[in-house]
Amino acid sequence: MAENTNSNETNTFQKQKNKEEMQKQLITFALMILFTIIAFAIVATGAMESMYVIPVLLILAITQVGFQLYYFMHMKDKNHNMPAVMMYGGLWAALLTLAGLGVITWW
Amino acid sequence: MSHDHSLNPETMPNEPEKATEEGKNKFLGFWFFLGGETVLFACLFGTYIALRNSTAGGPTANELFGLELVFMMTILLLTSSLTSVYAMYHMKNNDFKKMQLWLGITAILGFTFLGLEIYEFTHYIVDYEFTFRSSAFGSAFYTLVGFHGGHVTFGLAWLIAIMIRNAKRGLNLYNAPKFYTWSLYWHFIDVIWVFIFTVVYLMGKVG
Amino acid sequence: MSTVASQKRGFGAVLWDYLTTVDHKKIAHLYLFGGGFFFLLGGLEAMIIRIQLAVPENDFVSAGFYNELLTMHGTTMIFLAAMPLLFALMNAVVPLQIGARDVAFPFLNSLGFWLFLFGGLILNLSWFLEGAPDAGWTAYAPLSVTSPGHGVDFYVIGLQIAGAGTLIAGINFLVTIINMRAPGMTYMRMPLFTWTTFVTSVLILFAFPALTIGLFLLMFDRMFGSAFFDVGLGGNSIIWQHLFWIFGHPEVYILILPAFGIFSEIFATFSRKRLFGYTAMVFATILIAFFGFMVWAHHMFTVGLGPVANSIFAIATMAIAVPTGIKIFNWLATMWGGRITINTSMLWALGFIPSFTIGGMTGVMVAAVVADYQYHDTYFVVAHFHYVIVGGVVFGILAGLHYWWPKMFGRVLHEGMGKLTFWTFFIGFHLTFFIQHFLGLMGMPRRYWVFLENQGLDTGNMISTIGAFFMAFGVVVMLINVVYTALKGEKAADDPWDGRTLEWTMASPPAEYNFKQAPLVRGLDPLWIEKTEGKGQLTPAEPLGDIHMPNASFLPFLMSLGLFIAGFGFIYQVDYDWAYILLFAGMAMTLGCMLIRSLKDDHGYHIPKDELEREAD
Repeated sequence: MAENTNSNETNTFQKQKNKEEMQKQLITFALMILFTIIAFAIVATGAMESMYVIPVLLILAITQVGFQLYYFMHMKDKNHNMPAVMMYGGLWAALLTLAGLGVITWW
Repeated sequence: MSHDHSLNPETMPNEPEKATEEGKNKFLGFWFFLGGETVLFACLFGTYIALRNSTAGGPTANELFGLELVFMMTILLLTSSLTSVYAMYHMKNNDFKKMQLWLGITAILGFTFLGLEIYEFTHYIVDYEFTFRSSAFGSAFYTLVGFHGGHVTFGLAWLIAIMIRNAKRGLNLYNAPKFYTWSLYWHFIDVIWVFIFTVVYLMGKVG
Repeated sequence: MSTVASQKRGFGAVLWDYLTTVDHKKIAHLYLFGGGFFFLLGGLEAMIIRIQLAVPENDFVSAGFYNELLTMHGTTMIFLAAMPLLFALMNAVVPLQIGARDVAFPFLNSLGFWLFLFGGLILNLSWFLEGAPDAGWTAYAPLSVTSPGHGVDFYVIGLQIAGAGTLIAGINFLVTIINMRAPGMTYMRMPLFTWTTFVTSVLILFAFPALTIGLFLLMFDRMFGSAFFDVGLGGNSIIWQHLFWIFGHPEVYILILPAFGIFSEIFATFSRKRLFGYTAMVFATILIAFFGFMVWAHHMFTVGLGPVANSIFAIATMAIAVPTGIKIFNWLATMWGGRITINTSMLWALGFIPSFTIGGMTGVMVAAVVADYQYHDTYFVVAHFHYVIVGGVVFGILAGLHYWWPKMFGRVLHEGMGKLTFWTFFIGFHLTFFIQHFLGLMGMPRRYWVFLENQGLDTGNMISTIGAFFMAFGVVVMLINVVYTALKGEKAADDPWDGRTLEWTMASPPAEYNFKQAPLVRGLDPLWIEKTEGKGQLTPAEPLGDIHMPNASFLPFLMSLGLFIAGFGFIYQVDYDWAYILLFAGMAMTLGCMLIRSLKDDHGYHIPKDELEREAD
């Protein structure tokens, strides 16, 4: 691929770092797929007592989303303070909205 | 001023998406936009949760949803998230061809997802007569899942546009932020889907 | 300098310049004139309302028209007057205050303005097309779903478009303030108006999506037969109330926080003192914003959410009084011991303190759930929110306009006329609204088009109407003042008020690139620091070099026009099939413009260094 890009001067150290990063991403992906399978399996088999199912599903979903945000979207990296502030702000507003609509609409 | 020179440096920086001031602004602005989108989808989820049992005598969530199709859609979208990570990995290594390749795979996965979603909707409408207008549950379901589908459609159109536009000239500091913000958008769509399959489909099957 | 050049050009060239401009200073002018126009329109509607209510059982307007008037008055004043006027000041001032050459997204800035304008136009064109919206500015379902005609459709589409513009403007200010600050301008050195703009933008970012979704649901119910609010199909109209107020309550703080920022600047400048308790002011602002999201259900106490929910929201609401009180005392303490100059801006600021405090106090009253059952939907509530919105936001806008007019237009507003405006408007405001507290306590419901004779409401309503005429007189004087100033006004010095912040270091009006060299900020009130140390001007933080400028663009106008056309398509596809042509053509136009924007490289241009050096001579 060396000849068809503007430059392939990206230094080898950086390349190595990117590669290690990519391995972490792959592990993340494997875990996400695993969680998805667990979530579907719980529901499909009906193996779990229904009282616990919904909390467990939500925990699995939130963990997955955490992986997406922190690994795939790099929120764990530096210079992501402001994005994190705004995402958590949005999540806070989202939580209040869900509480409002989910809990007190039919009271 | 020769912009082409300053935007096509001899050595690409490690994070080309944030190398220019414009890129930094785009990066931040797009994240903030996603923060707003979080609230937007929370409102849709809240509406859906409030109306999920308002079936007005029509089919319920438990009767409608089949897990096989949703599982396939989920795996497709999750995988497309990984392939877009690969694309960004090659962007950081300044390997434009591989980036385009992975973006292309992402697009194919996205289109397949969209096709399955259209099939799913048609299935409900034709076989169950479950429509946008048949009950408050129907309205809430199609609006929530449809908004997500609309985001997927927009994301695919956007991706195709920037892929074709930059196919010949390769990566530079002007278009790197565009690719990067697109990948953020795509991951965010996946984040929303994780909650959709959990809250709408799985919890619909359970509760 | 740039205005001198523009005066020499023809009308067409100036028009084209404004249609395509991405310069935040010109966009500020556009917001000012757009918002000002809608302010006059909303004021006119208010005057008709007050004339109708001057005497018992009046028949000046019909009941249906009255409903349209009160709906449009509220909607216009909140969305099309107050917010754009605040955006005018933010656009004019914030980039200058942080030492930036431009905003982060000049193109989006212009798009935000045009979306607002076309949204406002759609909303107001309803007057000429089968009647305006008539379900109140809150558009509660099921009334808004079942309201006949297209009035509410115009409300839905108009606000959707204008709301998108607001969201864009909010994101633009956030990124501008985070990324574009001059060297040394740390967060805790930012002027308070910049701070409040920042916090307001956060609120916009999180509050407007709720409105977007609420409007979509209403739109789907009205135009596409969905059943969100249709009880017969399992819908629930309380969802609208939740979504509307999840947006609507933060909206109140979106309006008032920038006004707080304006007053903070004015009190500090005209007291010749550093703002008292700067840090406390910043944290009070953030605290108000934080609480502002947790109180929306206090608009819904009588819905029947139950005592637990009502109590939680009541306590959260009352808690907001604490940071607001901190602010009031800090402003008083800023003036204490200062060398106070009283001019028009300062008069508005001084008038604001008692007026707003009354509004805040009645706010705590209506926050008490049990008592609120008595106040709900009466003129007491009308009096309360006019005290905070007129006494806070409108006073703030007028104070800010007098304060920054020299920087925006290069001329100083006439002081005599300014003071006349203040006194007539201030007296008129209290005449109009103070009495309404008592009308409400006596049981006069809001939104009724007539009241009966001899129920103790006659005198009060007459006084209220007389007050409204005083306010109208004040606004007319203000208009004359603006025209007079534009023609004969005194030319403004660079620093007419002996200011403290960065905007006063530059020419009035500033050059299109704002700062020739980015200034080095050495603390809070950077200009004041240099003045006290005898230097009087900022040290540049960089050598003189080429300045990068964004290209002007006609695309924002076209994008918004596309949505404007599509809006009519959405409204009329219910009745006519040809409307689909408008819908698809309009959307195609907007999406096409977005595509062009995405694909066409726009690198901007540079003002070369030697040209800048020539200008210096």
